[in-house]
Amino acid sequence: MSYLQGLNLRGGYGGAEILHGCSIGVDRGEIAVIVGPNGAGKSTAMNALLGMLNLTEGRVELDGEDITTISTQERVKRGIAFVPQTENVFGSMTVQENLEMGAYLRRDDFTSTMDQVFELFPALVEKRRRPASELSGGQRQQVAVGRALMTNPTVLMLDEPTAGVSPIVMDELFDRIIEIKKAGIAILMVEQNARQALNIADRGFVLVTGENRHTDTGQALLADPEVRRSFLGG
Amino acid sequence: MTDFINAFVLLSNFVIIPALSLGSQLALGALGVTLVFGVLRFANFAHGDLMAFGTMIAIFITWWFQSLGIGFGPLPTALLALPFAIAVTALLTIGTDRLVYRYYRRVGSAPVIFVVASVGVMFMLNGIVRIFIGPDDRRFADGERFIVHARTFRETTGLAEGLTFKLTQGITIIVAVVVTIALFWFLQRTRMGKAMRAYSDNEKLSRFSGIDPDRVVLVTWIIAASLATIAGVLYGLDRSFKPFTYFQLLLPIFAAAIVGGIGQPVGAIIGGYIVAFTEIGVTYAYRKFFIYLLPESFEPSGLAQLVATEYKFAVSFVILVLVLLVRPTGLMRGKVI
Amino acid sequence: MNQSARAVTAFAVMAALLAAVGFGQSWSVALVIMNLCLISSVMAMGLNIQWGYAGLFNAGVMGFAALGGASAVLVSHPPVTQAWAAGGLDLLIGVALFVVIVAAGFFVRNRLPAGQFQRVFMIVVVLVGYWVGRGFFASAVDAIESVDPVRTGFLGGLGLPIIFSWLVGGLFAGGVAWLIGRIALGLRADYFAIATLGISEIVVALLRNEDWLTRGVKNVTGLSRPVPFEINLQNSDWFVRMIERFNARTLAVAPDVDRQQMLTQLVIEGSGIFVKLCYLGLFLAVTLLILGLCVRALNSPWGRMMRAIRDSEDAAAAMGKDIVYRQRQVFILGSAIIGVAGAMLTTLDGQFTPSSYVPLRFTFLIWVMVIVGGSGNNLGSVLGGFVIWFVWVQAEPASQFVLSNIASWFGEGSGFAQWLLDAAPHMRLLLMGLILLLVLRFSPRGILPEYVRETR
Repeated sequence: MSYLQGLNLRGGYGGAEILHGCSIGVDRGEIAVIVGPNGAGKSTAMNALLGMLNLTEGRVELDGEDITTISTQERVKRGIAFVPQTENVFGSMTVQENLEMGAYLRRDDFTSTMDQVFELFPALVEKRRRPASELSGGQRQQVAVGRALMTNPTVLMLDEPTAGVSPIVMDELFDRIIEIKKAGIAILMVEQNARQALNIADRGFVLVTGENRHTDTGQALLADPEVRRSFLGG
Repeated sequence: MTDFINAFVLLSNFVIIPALSLGSQLALGALGVTLVFGVLRFANFAHGDLMAFGTMIAIFITWWFQSLGIGFGPLPTALLALPFAIAVTALLTIGTDRLVYRYYRRVGSAPVIFVVASVGVMFMLNGIVRIFIGPDDRRFADGERFIVHARTFRETTGLAEGLTFKLTQGITIIVAVVVTIALFWFLQRTRMGKAMRAYSDNEKLSRFSGIDPDRVVLVTWIIAASLATIAGVLYGLDRSFKPFTYFQLLLPIFAAAIVGGIGQPVGAIIGGYIVAFTEIGVTYAYRKFFIYLLPESFEPSGLAQLVATEYKFAVSFVILVLVLLVRPTGLMRGKVI
Repeated sequence: MNQSARAVTAFAVMAALLAAVGFGQSWSVALVIMNLCLISSVMAMGLNIQWGYAGLFNAGVMGFAALGGASAVLVSHPPVTQAWAAGGLDLLIGVALFVVIVAAGFFVRNRLPAGQFQRVFMIVVVLVGYWVGRGFFASAVDAIESVDPVRTGFLGGLGLPIIFSWLVGGLFAGGVAWLIGRIALGLRADYFAIATLGISEIVVALLRNEDWLTRGVKNVTGLSRPVPFEINLQNSDWFVRMIERFNARTLAVAPDVDRQQMLTQLVIEGSGIFVKLCYLGLFLAVTLLILGLCVRALNSPWGRMMRAIRDSEDAAAAMGKDIVYRQRQVFILGSAIIGVAGAMLTTLDGQFTPSSYVPLRFTFLIWVMVIVGGSGNNLGSVLGGFVIWFVWVQAEPASQFVLSNIASWFGEGSGFAQWLLDAAPHMRLLLMGLILLLVLRFSPRGILPEYVRETR
C-alpha cells in the first residue's frame, strides 16, 4: 500500500493498448524509478498516473483514495506535480515568473517556498530576472523542477529529467532530487540513464512492453545479473 | 531659421500628428489581434468587424445620452459611452466563443479551421452592424473640435505655416498611451496577466501549473473586445464611422501585428506606428517642405511624392510582404513559423 | 445514402429551386442566376483545388478574379491608336527601364562580392533606376490619360474576340499566382491567408488606379460579346421566324390586330432569353471541361500525392516530395481557374468595374461555397457554387418579402417598419455567416463530402 500507486493499469492513447496491466507505486520520502527499453511504456505509465490516458482497466490511488477518474488539473490541486521531458519551462517568462506560475493555485504566501527553491538551486538566484529561454540546459531543468516544487506537492513526477544534460549536471540534479526526497516528498522518475538512476532509487520498476518485468529496490536490481545483462549493458 | 521651423510645423501638421493618431488606432487594433493570436492561436478575421460592432454600440449609447442631455463638457460624449460599449462587446465576444470557437478548442481543430470560423463570424457581424446602423457614414464626435487651431497658431507664433491639432487626435494619443500602459501592467504584474502569458507560451505546462484555460480564454476575449471597441471609437471620432472602412482596417491591423511580430504586444504597438508613418509618410507630397529647406535652385519641380495617394492602402501590404520575405517572425520575433 | 445518390438528390433539389424561380419569377431571372451560378462554380472549383486538394488558405480569390476581368478588357477592347501614339513609346521605354533595373539589381546581388559595398551599390542602382524610369512612365501616363479622357484615356486592348480572354485571364492569374507563391508559400496557413488577402488588395488597387491600363474607376463599358446582341437578333428574320414558330399556338388564338404587336413583344423577350441561353451553353461547356479535368487530376497519382501533402506535410516530405514546389503548382492551377471565371464574369457583364471587387463578395463568399459544397470534392464545389449563389441572390427579395410582411403589422409609416425594410438587404450577410458556421460545426465535410477510397 503505497502513497501513490497505479494498480494493474491497462490502456493507451487512442485505440492501441500500450500498458498491459502494469503496477507502479511510490511512498513519501522515497524515490521510485521506472526504467526499461524504448517503447516499453515508461512515460505512458506516468501519464496514466497523471490522468492523461484512457484507462480500460486498473485504478490509481493517492493516499488511499481512488483518483482514477478525476482530471489532471484536479490531481495537480491534490498535490501531484509533474515535470515534462521537453518544453518544461515558460521560455518567454523570467525565472521568478516561472516559479510564480508554479504557485498559481496557491492563495497563501509562497515566498518561503520560493526561498527554499532558491536555496536548493542557488545558481538560479542571480538569474531570477532573466527569461528562462536564455538559461543553460541544466539551469532550465532546475527551473522546471523548481516550478513543480512551487505547488507544494506531495508527489513529484519527472519525465527523463536528465535527458540531454552532461554527466556532471546529471549528478548534481540527482543530488538535488535526493534532497527533495528528504523533505518527505514522493518522487517518481522515468529515466534513460538506468544505472545512475537505480543507484539513488529506493524502488525500481523495469517495464517491458507495458508490463512489470522486475520490481525491487534499486540496489537489488543493480545486483540482479539478469537485469544487468538485459537492461544495463552487462 | 524660420524656414526650418516652418518646415517642421508643416511636417508635424500633415505627417507627424496624423500618423501618431492613426498609429495609435492601429496599434490598439493590432494589440487585440496579437493577443487573440497569442492565446487562442489563430488570426481573427472578424477583428475589423468587431471594432465596427463596438463602435456601433458606442454610437447608440452616445445618441441616447445626447437625447437625455448628458454631455461630457468639452470632450466627446462617446468617451462616456465607451465603458458601456465595451461591456456589450465583451458579452458578444464571450458569446461567440461559447457558441463557435470553444467547440473547435475542445476537439483540437487546426488553427486554419478557427480562421474559417472567424470568417463566418465576420460575415455575421458585418450583417448585424449593417442591419442595425446601416452601411452609411456616421459622425458622432461632439464637444470641442480643436486643441490648437491653424489660424490661432499662425497668429500667436507669427509663422507662415499653421498647425492643427484636433481634440480627437489628442484624445486618441492619450487614450492609447493609457490603455497600453494599463495592458502592460496587467500582463506583467498581475496573477491573471502572467497566467495569460504562461498559457500563450506553453499551454500544456500551464495546465500542469493549475492554470484554468477557460478563464484565460475568457479574459482574453474581454480584453480583445475592450481593445477593439476603444480602437474603433477612437478611429470613428477622429474620422467617421462606416462599416466598410472598418472591415478594411483589418488589413493594416494585420500588417501591424505581423510586422511587429505576432503574439508580441510590444511588436503590435511598434508595428502600428510603422504602418501609420509609412502610409502617411510615403504618400505625402513633400514639395512645400523642400521649398522651405532647400536653396531655390534645388527646389523640386514635381510634388515630391513617393507614391500616389490612391495607394495609401496598399502601402501597408507592401510592408507586410517585405517583412514576410525578409523576416517572417517580425521585428520582435513573434512565435509563428 | 451513398455518394452518387446524394449528389443526384442535391442537384435535383437545386434544379427544382431554379425551375421554381423560372415559373414563379421569370425565366430571364432564372437564367441570370444560373449563369452566375456556373461562374461561381468555376471559381469555387479553383479554390477547391487549393484548399480541398492541398490545404492552402487562399484569401486572395478577389485578386485573381479581378485579373481575369482585366484580361477581358485587354484582349477584347480595340487598341486606342492615339493613346499608343501619344505615350506608347515612353511607356515602353519606362517598362524596359524597369526590366533593366531589376536585371541590374540581380546582377549586383549575384555577381558582386557580398558586403557593405554591394548593398549600397544595389540601393543606388534601384533608386536611380526608379527615378529615371518613373520619369518616362509618368510622362507616358499623362499623355495616354489625356487622350480623349471621356471615352478612352487608356491604351485599350488587342481587339481580339473576347472569348480568348478566358484563356488569357487564366494565364494572367496563374502568372501572378506564381509570383505570390514565390513570396508566400511555405508560411503557416493563416499567415498565407493574410498575405494573399493583402496581395489581392494590391492587385485591385492597381486596377482601380492605373487609368492608362484599365481606365481605373472610370470603368470600361460596352465590351464585345461572344454571343449576338439582342438588338441584332430582333432584326434578323430567322430569329423572328423561330419565335413565331415557337409560339405558333399562342399567336393563332390572338386577335389579328394584336398579333403583330404580340410577336414583337415575344421577339424582344425571346432575344433576351436566347442570349442568356447562349451564355449558359458557353459557361456550361467551360464548367464541365474544368470539372472533368479536376476530377481526373484528383484521381490521378498527382491528386493522391497532393492529398497526402495536405494531410501530413511531414510525412510527405519524408517520402521525398517537394512540398513547396507542389503547393506552388496547385496554387497556380487553382488561381488560373479563378482567373478564367473572372474573365467569364466580365464577359457576361459586358463591362469592367474595378470598384466592384470587394473581398466579401469575391473572396469570402467563394470560401462559403467551397466549405458548404464539401472541401475536396469537385462536384461539391459546383453544387456549393449553385447553392450559395442562389441563396446570396434570393436572400434579398426573400427577406424583403418576410420583413415587409412583418413591417405591415406595425403600420406602414412607423419608424420600426422603416428600419425593418432598410435592414432587408443586409440579411444575406448574416445568413451567409450563419450557414458557414452551421456547416462548419455540424457537417464539416459539406453537402457532398470528399470521396475517400478505402482500399485500392
